[in-house]
Amino acid sequence: MTWFKRTEKGIQTPTELKKEVPDGLWYQCPECKKVMQTSAHVLNSYTCIECNYHARIGSKEYFELIFDDNQFTELDPTLSSSDPLEFTDSQAYPDRIKASQKKSGLKDAVRSAVGKMNGIEIVISCMDFKFIGGSMGSVVGEKISRAIDYSRKHKIPFLMISKSGGARMMEAGFSLMQMAKTSAKLALLDRERIPYISLMTDPTTGGVTASYAMLGDFNISEPGALIGFAGPRVIRETIGKDLPEGFQSAEFLLEHGFLDFLVDRKELKSKLTDLLIILKGKVTEVPQENL
Amino acid sequence: MLLDFEKPIAELEAKLIDMKLLAQENNVDVSSAVKSLEEKIKTLKKETYSNLTRWQRVQLSRHPDRPYTLDYINAIADKFIELHGDRSVKDDKAMIGGLAQVGDHSVMIIGHQKGRNTKQRQLRNFGMANPEGYRKALRLMKMAEKFDVPIVTFIDTPGAFPGLEAEERGQAEAIARNIKEMFLLKVPVICIVIGEGASGGALGIAIGDKVLMLENTWYSVISPESCSSILWRSWDYKEQAAEALKLTATDMHKNKMVDDIIKEPLGGAHVDPVGTAKKIRKVIIDSIDELSKLSSEERIAQRIEKFGAMGVFVE
Ligand SMILES: [Zn+2]
Repeated sequence: MTWFKRTEKGIQTPTELKKEVPDGLWYQCPECKKVMQTSAHVLNSYTCIECNYHARIGSKEYFELIFDDNQFTELDPTLSSSDPLEFTDSQAYPDRIKASQKKSGLKDAVRSAVGKMNGIEIVISCMDFKFIGGSMGSVVGEKISRAIDYSRKHKIPFLMISKSGGARMMEAGFSLMQMAKTSAKLALLDRERIPYISLMTDPTTGGVTASYAMLGDFNISEPGALIGFAGPRVIRETIGKDLPEGFQSAEFLLEHGFLDFLVDRKELKSKLTDLLIILKGKVTEVPQENL
Repeated sequence: MLLDFEKPIAELEAKLIDMKLLAQENNVDVSSAVKSLEEKIKTLKKETYSNLTRWQRVQLSRHPDRPYTLDYINAIADKFIELHGDRSVKDDKAMIGGLAQVGDHSVMIIGHQKGRNTKQRQLRNFGMANPEGYRKALRLMKMAEKFDVPIVTFIDTPGAFPGLEAEERGQAEAIARNIKEMFLLKVPVICIVIGEGASGGALGIAIGDKVLMLENTWYSVISPESCSSILWRSWDYKEQAAEALKLTATDMHKNKMVDDIIKEPLGGAHVDPVGTAKKIRKVIIDSIDELSKLSSEERIAQRIEKFGAMGVFVE
């Protein structure tokens, strides 16, 4: 028996998406191999119309999906990497950065922006995996820290969308310290009682998981995402056994108590909106003793 | 056990002993030969230890005779009561902690613990803590805060344990929480890298008002071996990786990621553990005295500001 009937919101497709994709392009799902029109895939928030596989997307797509009419102000868009350690492996680090910037059209592995989500102000930092595996170096740490500072200054909720292989080796100690730096800022955000939502997407591993990604008031994930500290290969080598099916999946983390809920990307915007609506009133009132 | 670069010195030292014994047995005067050999040893030592490569420092940081956390605690604490368990899953033997008396000060000492023989190494899981180790550490830090006792941590780990159960019980969450919570601790926090400082496993107990490194230690985002295997796709480039990572105490101090370096005796901490412990004890006492002059809010603000300034980028 249903006592209350929930009003169906329906799935909203951002208007930007509707306009953008021309017909006649085809997309094959890497998971179930189903071929579909690219426009259908995009309109389905980049999830498979057959098996619901959530394709890996970047900041451009997440901003489109979340910000009203794709309207937002990007924060610190010009920040880019230096080469503090003069790091060279098979390639000099500055060359790697330049090549990655050229290929991806991005400055580094994270973009931050402020805008409105169903009318509610929100600050979002979103990682881009296609920039050196979404690795966290000084730029990523600084941009996230500044986005948190913006949240604190304007008392706006903060959403972090993580997608990363972990710390960027080419910045060695500096990349390790970004874990500390971002966590320090989150400690302040926490004290000031501004909501922090951490969305972990496929994949989120290493130093990113072991710092800001796991520190949300709400730790959430998309279905099927790989989330862990050590990578599966390293664990397999350590224990000398194959890993169980579904190990380190978002579902596995939910079951073990490390996520609040999983969210289908098609419902991401409406669910985040609901969450902030329920919290509303707690967002702007900061008791004096906590400042 | 001897490292490659320790061998020539050890050979000369053995020769010196032989010479002295021979002279004693045969009652001949070899004092001038002894003197010149002693000079030679001194020169060779200086040469060797003032020109150590980064990889050689890594080797010294892992020297099997190097003092571990409990060795230092035994040497510097007048009283020590070890406290066990995370109150949830188990007692992690790779992370130890307890209340200590050091001179006039009560302190909470927490650190990674390695083992010296095969059995102990297994018991201590090679100094690789599980989530319950980090949670035990946090429990003890909160207790220290409650009783207004300064915290000292000793960092010596090849990394947090990358195991199946560690993932199930939230290794990443445990480390992340420690990092964040340590920023808000009201008591002085002093962190000392005494051996290996590998990645998040090290950082999980290394957020402090003073972060110090012993001279022959390393601290970075990854070990030279793992870095070699990932970037060079082979285990054979560890020397190059160590150079590239700039992971020594000198490097980390120069790049402002640690506050100071604690000098070791010529040859390394294992040559004179008591002397090294004395230096550590003095640094701890001086640091507590210095940090106690600040209010807890000042310490927290400075701690956050210090780590907040780490990183190099172009606007
Ligand atoms: Zn599919």
